[in-house]
Amino acid sequence: MSLDTAPPPARQQRRATPPAPKGLSAAARWARRAPLLPALIFTIVMTQLPFVATLVISVLRWNSLDPDNRGFAGFDNYAAVFTDANLRSSIFTTVILTVVVVVVCLVLGLGLALLLDQKFFGRGLVRTMLIAPFLVVPVAAALLWKHALFNPEYGLFNGAITWLWSLFGASNPPQPEWISDMPLIAVEASLVWQWTPFMMLILLAGLQSRPMDVVEAARIDGATAWQIFRYLTFPHLRQYLELGGLLGSIYIVQNFDAVFTITSGGLGTANLPYTIYQTFYQAHDYGQASAAGVVVVIGSLIIANFALRVVSSLLKDEVK
Amino acid sequence: MRRLVGVAAWFSAILFFAPVAWMVLTSLHSEPDAATNPPSLGAGLTLQGYEEFFGAATGQSPWPPLINSFSASIGSTIIVLLLAIPAAYALSIKKVEKWTDVMFFFLSTKMLPVVAGLLPIYLVAQFTGTLDNISFLVVLYTAMNLPIAVWLMRSFLAEVPPEILEAASIDGAGLVTTLRRVVAPIAMPGIAATALICFIFSWNELLFARVLTGVVAGTAPVFLTGFVTSQGLFLAKVCAAATVVSLPVLIAGFAAQDKLVQGLSLGAVK
Repeated sequence: MSLDTAPPPARQQRRATPPAPKGLSAAARWARRAPLLPALIFTIVMTQLPFVATLVISVLRWNSLDPDNRGFAGFDNYAAVFTDANLRSSIFTTVILTVVVVVVCLVLGLGLALLLDQKFFGRGLVRTMLIAPFLVVPVAAALLWKHALFNPEYGLFNGAITWLWSLFGASNPPQPEWISDMPLIAVEASLVWQWTPFMMLILLAGLQSRPMDVVEAARIDGATAWQIFRYLTFPHLRQYLELGGLLGSIYIVQNFDAVFTITSGGLGTANLPYTIYQTFYQAHDYGQASAAGVVVVIGSLIIANFALRVVSSLLKDEVK
Repeated sequence: MRRLVGVAAWFSAILFFAPVAWMVLTSLHSEPDAATNPPSLGAGLTLQGYEEFFGAATGQSPWPPLINSFSASIGSTIIVLLLAIPAAYALSIKKVEKWTDVMFFFLSTKMLPVVAGLLPIYLVAQFTGTLDNISFLVVLYTAMNLPIAVWLMRSFLAEVPPEILEAASIDGAGLVTTLRRVVAPIAMPGIAATALICFIFSWNELLFARVLTGVVAGTAPVFLTGFVTSQGLFLAKVCAAATVVSLPVLIAGFAAQDKLVQGLSLGAVK
C-alpha cells in the first residue's frame, strides 16, 4: 500500500506477503474469518441497508405532511429532481464548489509543500501554523468566517481595508458585502482555507519520500531545478496529487457545515447535501429527498469508480 | 534563494494562521472592542466572552452539549477500536482469503455520501424511539469511522515482521502472549493514531447530530449552529464558543500532526 514509485533501498527487500491461505480446513478458515466478521457485518448493515431503503423510498410518493397520499410513484421523484430548478441548480453548485475548492487547494497545497520541503529558519513552527486551519471544527471555522472575517461592518477583512486606506489618508475605503456580493466565492474561500493544509501535508509526505540519491545524481549531471521538478519530482508526486484530489473530492462533495452556516443555502450556494437536508427536514418530502440522495450516490459512484482504480494501483505493491 | 523561501513560507503561514489568531484574540476582547472597524488590536484583554459563553445568564449552558460530544466521540471511538483491531488482525497477520476485496469494500463505503442514508436512518431512530438519544449517535459514528479505522489498523499491523511472529511461535508463545508481547508494542502508536482520528471525526460531525438530536442530546457543533444568525453584539462570545469547541481537536491535532495525516490519507502515505 506504499505510494512510493521508487522505494528507498531499505524497502526494496520488502518481504514477500504470505500467500492467502489455501488448503486450510473449513474450520481453520472460519477461525481466521471470525475476528473480521463483527466489523464486516456491522458495516454491511449500517452502510448498505440505508442505501437500499433510500432506493425503495425514492420510487414512493411519500410526504409526511400528507400521509394519506402515499403510494408508488415510479420515476416521478426523479423527474422532479431533474426538472425542479432548485435541485438542478444545486447539482450544478455541488460540481462547481467541489472542482474549484479541490483544484485551488491542490495548487496552493503544492506550493506550500514545495516551500516546506526546503530548509529555513523556524520550519517546524511554520508547519504547525499552517496545519491549524484544518484543526478548527468545521462549524466553528464557518462561524469564524461568517461573523469575524466577512462581516461588512466589523469583520477583519473590511477592517483591514479601512486601516490600509487610513494609512494613505483616504477616508472612504470600499467596504464590500462579501457574503451577499459573492456568496459562492465566500463559501469556497473558507473551504480552501480549511482544506489547503490537508493537501499540503499529503504532498509534503510525498516530497519527503522522494529517492534523494536520484535527485542528487541528476543535479551532478547538470539538471536545472525546473528539470528536476518536471521530470523527477512531479511524476513522483502524481500519485499523491491524485490521492489528495480524491480524498478532497469525497469530503467536499459532502460538505454541509460551511453551506449551512455561512449562507444557509441562500444566494445560489445550496449544494446537494444541503438541498436534501432541506427537502427532507423542512419540506418533509421523503420520496423526493430520497431520489435526490440516489442521484448523489450515482455521482459519487462515478468518482468512486475512478478512485478505486487509482487506489488499486496504489495497492498493487502488496496485492498477490 | 534560501532567504526568499523562508520569507515566502513565513508569509503564507501568517496568512493561514491569521484567522485562527483573530478568533482567539477577538474571543478575549470585550464586545464593544471586538466589533470595531478598523480592528482594535491594542484593546485590553478580558475573559468576558468566555464568561458569557459558559454563564447561565444567556439561558443556555454549553456544558450539556460539550459533555454529549465527549460521550458520543469517546464512546464510538472505543467501539470502533474493539471492532477494528480484530478485523485488522484478520486482514494482515492471519490473512483471510480475498482480503483485498474486503479492504476495497470497507473503502468503498466511505465513497457513498452519508446524506443519501439520512432518511432511513431517521426513520429507524423514530421507530426505535432513539431520536434525541446519544446512544444512537454512538452507533452511527461507529459506522462512520469503522472503515477508516480498519484501513489504518491494517497498515499498522502489516508492519509487524512475520519473522518475529514465527520466532515467537517457535519459542512456544501462544496466541495471547504473541499478541500481548509482540504485536501490541508495535501496534500501540497506530492504535493511538486511529483513536485520535475517530475522535476528531465524531467531534466534528454536524449533519447527523443536527437531524437526529434536539434538546437533550445535541452535540457541541449543533450548539454552535445556534450562533449562525446572531448579530454583532455577540462577536466576542461567538469567537469564544468557536475557540472552546475547537480546543480539544486543536490540542490533539498539534500533538500528533504526523499521525493525523497518515490516518487521513487512509494510511497510504508513509
